[in-house]
Amino acid sequence: MKTLILKTASDILLPVLLLFSVFILLRGHYLPGGGFVGGLIAAIAFVLDAFANGLENSRKIIKIHPGFLMPLGLLISFASAVTPVFFQDLPFMTGLWASGHIPVIGKIGSALFFDTGVYFVVVGVSLTIIFTISENA
Amino acid sequence: MSENIITYPLIVHLFFSIILMFFWNKVKVQKIVTIIGNFVALGVAIAVFIFTWKNGTHVVNAGNWEAPFGIVFVGDMLSATLILLTAIAGLSVSIFSVISIINARLRFGFFSVYHFLLLGLNGAFLTGDMFNLYVWFEIIIISSFVLISIGGEKNQLEGAVKYFTLNFFGSLIFLTALGVIYGLTGTLNMADVAVKIQQVDNQILIDVCAVLFLTAFAIKSAVFPLNFWLPASYHTPPSAVSAIFAGLLTKVGVYALIRMMTLIFPHDVFLMNVLLVLSVLTIISGSFGAIIQNNIRKVFSFLIICHIGFMIGGLGIFNVLALTGVIFYLIHDIIVKTNLFLIGGLIYRLKSTTNMKNIGGLYKSYPKISLLLLIVLFSLVGVPPLSGFWPKISLFLSSYSTENYWYLGALILGSFITLIVVAKIWSEVFWKNQPELKVSKRFIFFDKLYPIQKWQFVTPIVLLALFSLYIGFGAEHIQSLSERIAEDLYNSQNYIDAVLKP
Repeated sequence: MKTLILKTASDILLPVLLLFSVFILLRGHYLPGGGFVGGLIAAIAFVLDAFANGLENSRKIIKIHPGFLMPLGLLISFASAVTPVFFQDLPFMTGLWASGHIPVIGKIGSALFFDTGVYFVVVGVSLTIIFTISENA
Repeated sequence: MSENIITYPLIVHLFFSIILMFFWNKVKVQKIVTIIGNFVALGVAIAVFIFTWKNGTHVVNAGNWEAPFGIVFVGDMLSATLILLTAIAGLSVSIFSVISIINARLRFGFFSVYHFLLLGLNGAFLTGDMFNLYVWFEIIIISSFVLISIGGEKNQLEGAVKYFTLNFFGSLIFLTALGVIYGLTGTLNMADVAVKIQQVDNQILIDVCAVLFLTAFAIKSAVFPLNFWLPASYHTPPSAVSAIFAGLLTKVGVYALIRMMTLIFPHDVFLMNVLLVLSVLTIISGSFGAIIQNNIRKVFSFLIICHIGFMIGGLGIFNVLALTGVIFYLIHDIIVKTNLFLIGGLIYRLKSTTNMKNIGGLYKSYPKISLLLLIVLFSLVGVPPLSGFWPKISLFLSSYSTENYWYLGALILGSFITLIVVAKIWSEVFWKNQPELKVSKRFIFFDKLYPIQKWQFVTPIVLLALFSLYIGFGAEHIQSLSERIAEDLYNSQNYIDAVLKP
């Protein structure tokens, strides 16, 4: 599918979709959204790019193997889950919240890191699956 | 909050499984990391056991949400014991799989998934929430499906499909039962359900719910008539994989049955009778299945079913003595069944086949190994004073005193046929002269391995055999432990109070 329209559109859509996925990730604590949906949107951004410009091009953009994002994301989520156990002596997965307000992001808590981990895992899993399938097709 | 220690086994396995994923292509590093991980898990499990032994039942509220609203993890003596046994079996099998499984299979993330499986098992033993139990079951099924089908040989996939279809069906029924029980009581916390189900008037709905749970767990623990997936699938994957399946996966179904029976449906006469009938049929079908098979691993698969029947029946009698027998048998069975399948793997490495007709003369060529295997086989049968003997005293006594003669008869029949099967294995595999072996040239026999590799094959079997010997000769300790667990299970008020904190 190497049409000019898709190619031109995907060049603009890739950064927009990635930004949108981060937006969805950040609003997810109280509103619809979160790491899972955000991760899927980010994966769609790369898939669209792969359709328009070919698989090799999107591999170049990502630079690392998408499979590597899986353990990375898991590690971030895992760290956010065990931090209360080892530093606060609370049961694991207890939400810890930093005081103070940061513009755009809002309040920072361990839930944000958990969702970020989920985001990476979802991107990694979906891209690994889709890239593997389209390689063999 | 030193109670947090009961969640450490989960944290350790999750951590090592993530670390192993980073070394996806480096099988050598993975082998070292997984053994370290299992040693750490064993240490943590011992710490959890000691902590629970000293402090009794204790509870961790995940995310610090109070029970019954959040998910709770409950460490009572039964959970702590099973976690310790999981760690021992997990360590032995990991050592065995490092040497016995070829690298082509290990490259697909074998060890990472293996740690996920152990994570699922530990979680299922710890959780005090029914829906969470379902989630742990799913983790177990998914990772076991990966383990059973890694390698992708034809008969392996055939076994995997049978295994997966029936277990998935079991999960479906489990989920339905959860829906019914949530509709009846409005909660999913086990302790809370136990309290609220007494206020439900509609006994028929409770019975329906109990039967749904029974069906779901019966599929997982291979109780008659839902047991045919087990001998059809357990002999297909590598021995190390079927060892961990045989030792722990069916037992997690038994554990779930024990929890449900003692906590949520105690003294349910209908359920007790159903369990007793099923146990007799399970013992008969398992033992007669074992006697006609010639493949060693298939024989062992049928013996698993037979001995599941022993435990289910004790649960059906439901008094402290019977529960003591059940718990003791569970402890003995996890260790011995894991070891049996490791032995199956060792025999395959020695003779390049597991068909009894083609094997012979093992005693002549490997007397030391034969003696080692003798200990395990006799523990299985229950030759006094080895480990299988002691729990049967409690089971026999309790079935006699409650006049459950059918179950008593089935117990005797099951034990007797186990003896015949072991005698058959002994005479065929160890004493008979070696028939002509048809071997492909690429097969590497045990003789041609380096000494250190030989030791890696034998060490896990020795480790588990030593533990079996301890269960046999230190039966006093295990008996008092089982009695304590049985008392706890029978008087479930302690468990409920620990979770709900009135």
